[in-house]
Amino acid sequence: MDFSSFNPMVLAAALMVAATPILLAAIGELVVERSGVLNLGVEGMMITGAVVGFTAAVTTGNPYLGMLAAMAGGAALSLIFGVLTQLLKANQVASGLALTLFGLGFSALLGQGYAGVVPPRTAKLDLGLLSDIPVLGPILFRHDPMVYVSVAIVVAVWFWLTYTRSGRILRAVGENHDAAHALGYRVLRVRILAIMFGGACAGMGGAYLSLIRVPQWTEGMTAGIGWIALALVVFASWRPVRAMLGAYLFGGILVLQLNLQAAGIRIPAEYLAMSPYLITILVLVIMSSGRARKSLAAPGSLGKPFHAAG
Amino acid sequence: MTEPLLSIEGLTKAYPGVIANSDVSFSIGKGEIHALLGENGAGKSTLVKAVYGLLRPDSGQMLWRGQPYAPAAPTQARQAGVAMVFQHFSLFDALDVAENVALGMDRPPPIRKLAARIREVSTAYGLPLDPSRLVGELSAGERQRVEIVRCLLQDPHLLIMDEPTSVLTPQEVDILFRTLRQLRSEGRSILYISHKLEEIRALCETATVLRHGEVVARCDPREQTARALAEMMVGTALHRPERPAHKPGRVLLEVRDLNLRSPYAFGTSLKDVSLTVQAGEILGIGGVAGNGQDELLAGLSGELRSRADAVRVKGDPAGDKGPTARRALGLLCAPEERLGHAAAPDMNLTENALLTGAWREKLVRRGFIDAGRARAFAERIIRRFDVRTPGPHVAARALSGGNLQKFVIGREILQRPEVLVVNQPTWGVDASAAAAIRQALMDLAQNGAAVVVISQDLDEILEVADTFAALNGGRLSAARPVKGLTMEAIGLMLGGAEGDSDAAA
Repeated sequence: MDFSSFNPMVLAAALMVAATPILLAAIGELVVERSGVLNLGVEGMMITGAVVGFTAAVTTGNPYLGMLAAMAGGAALSLIFGVLTQLLKANQVASGLALTLFGLGFSALLGQGYAGVVPPRTAKLDLGLLSDIPVLGPILFRHDPMVYVSVAIVVAVWFWLTYTRSGRILRAVGENHDAAHALGYRVLRVRILAIMFGGACAGMGGAYLSLIRVPQWTEGMTAGIGWIALALVVFASWRPVRAMLGAYLFGGILVLQLNLQAAGIRIPAEYLAMSPYLITILVLVIMSSGRARKSLAAPGSLGKPFHAAG
Repeated sequence: MTEPLLSIEGLTKAYPGVIANSDVSFSIGKGEIHALLGENGAGKSTLVKAVYGLLRPDSGQMLWRGQPYAPAAPTQARQAGVAMVFQHFSLFDALDVAENVALGMDRPPPIRKLAARIREVSTAYGLPLDPSRLVGELSAGERQRVEIVRCLLQDPHLLIMDEPTSVLTPQEVDILFRTLRQLRSEGRSILYISHKLEEIRALCETATVLRHGEVVARCDPREQTARALAEMMVGTALHRPERPAHKPGRVLLEVRDLNLRSPYAFGTSLKDVSLTVQAGEILGIGGVAGNGQDELLAGLSGELRSRADAVRVKGDPAGDKGPTARRALGLLCAPEERLGHAAAPDMNLTENALLTGAWREKLVRRGFIDAGRARAFAERIIRRFDVRTPGPHVAARALSGGNLQKFVIGREILQRPEVLVVNQPTWGVDASAAAAIRQALMDLAQNGAAVVVISQDLDEILEVADTFAALNGGRLSAARPVKGLTMEAIGLMLGGAEGDSDAAA
């Protein structure tokens, strides 16, 4: 074994990059679930975002236009889910699964001819003095802008849900849609907007993967992290900051096991590859195992279809 | 009173297959408490939903201070000065009191200012509230306060109250009435919906009676007897269930120091509950919702298990047995929640009959369902309990609340239980169906069964029960004979632990 390649600072810096796609997808899904909708199509929206963002960035030569296109793509795909489940009252679980399958197939189709293409580079942000701080500088302040965008979204969502009136309305709709309707709130409109926000975030997360983290397009490249994002939301008890901690934990172990593999550790690569999923879920289960607290946290109307009665 | 505050003229609303309101007209004056009386399904809720902008009438018009009034949404109704306290509270358990109040306002002030206003207004009207508590932790009475305070903060001219007292203790009802009279003296009008006649006689000066969607009478309830009002509502003379007093028999159900931790969010754990019920006796258990009723039912039915000797049926320890084993011993239960607990909503009546009747009625043979017997059993329930439905092939969900209730109670009674436990047996059931269910419970006791009736309707308990015990914060009081029990005494039993109920929650 060769541990000479181990550099905790590089590891810590890589962690944030590895965690960002999951974080983006999870925060979007968190808003969706807080509004009372369970969208299992995160994986499909991520991979669609990945391919749409990739093709748009390659075509225009601008990675940020690619990000915007990915958001639009993810939101458009989620709108299909929104129409099916909210307007046509289709089953949310089945529609979400269908969305994932559709997204995986559709992205493979769109991505034909883009395999092996190199996308335009996204510059790392130079934060001047901050980036020059020893240790903290390279870990925290020498990333691409999207890392900071994702953190900003988490903080904004937390603030919005906790302190603003519209955030309160979203929580109310998710908690008890009949009561929200009785008070005159537009349940379906709130939910469709939330679903589209979730789609845009998942799309952005996917594009982050194909444009910055890898950066390349390959079929099925999301490799199940959409599902991890979904699990993250539940085990984070629907709280934004906890979801961020979970995402960084996952990212950290992901990077660590890659480094261990590179160092040639004598554990089969398959075990290492499954470890981030296993450990993240384990830690989150333990964190959320407080009995009463868990039942309090789940939005009361989660996954239930809303029918406006008379 | 010159010009009425609100007048309704010829209002009609039809749903597919049902006319909910047909040419309804009446008016409410300023500073008037106006009662809207009627049985379940008489069209009261439809009417107030139209006033509150939750649905649009098919025809007819409303005048608000002489001006045409047709709110398209609750927001518009609130702007005009109409506020509503809902029967099933429109509250959000996971949000705190202040947030709940803010959600019911169109332009709420910042939460901190609002919290101060809530304290101020709630104390001024004798309904003290802590704005920072989670609504899920409040009692039913406190939840109603949240709704009322939410309305009062909007300075309404007309307050609509839909069945406000159904979940309150007698003392809480007194407090509510004091508040309502205070509101009237301030010149506000109240539209009071109820089917509790004594309350209406005590509180309201005018009443409009609805039956099958039509106005059938207008009167001054203070000049009518409760019986006369009831007959206006039902349209026929009411039959009151009766039976001779019970003679002591052997103890069929005995519960000793039953302690159960509540598995439900916001539930109440049972603490040292003890009771005995003899053959031929009906024990009524009163209490405000959320004081452990669901847990008690689950503990008796076997959904929640306990020490073997905590529950004894005919002397046999049954505390560690599940529902099926307890059924075999003769202990049957009918829980409160009809859809999803007592019956599976999407299964038909035959299947639902099978769910609890499979063993005692031998509807299953060697693991196979005996379809013929199962259908015959369902048909027997339908016939015997006058369940209005096209037949046993209909899904439980399609039945009205009252009809389904008759079915689930009938299903247990026809299995000849030796001990029957029912929770809220007539909740949301119209007067004649309720009378039929109560009569059936009494007949069952008369034939030697022990019956436990858990109910929030004190009138019901006083009517059917031989003994009365109160459930408060998960503790059960000692049982007392119903004969000679006054409302005051019952109120004290129900609220006796009022002070420490918070600590217990």
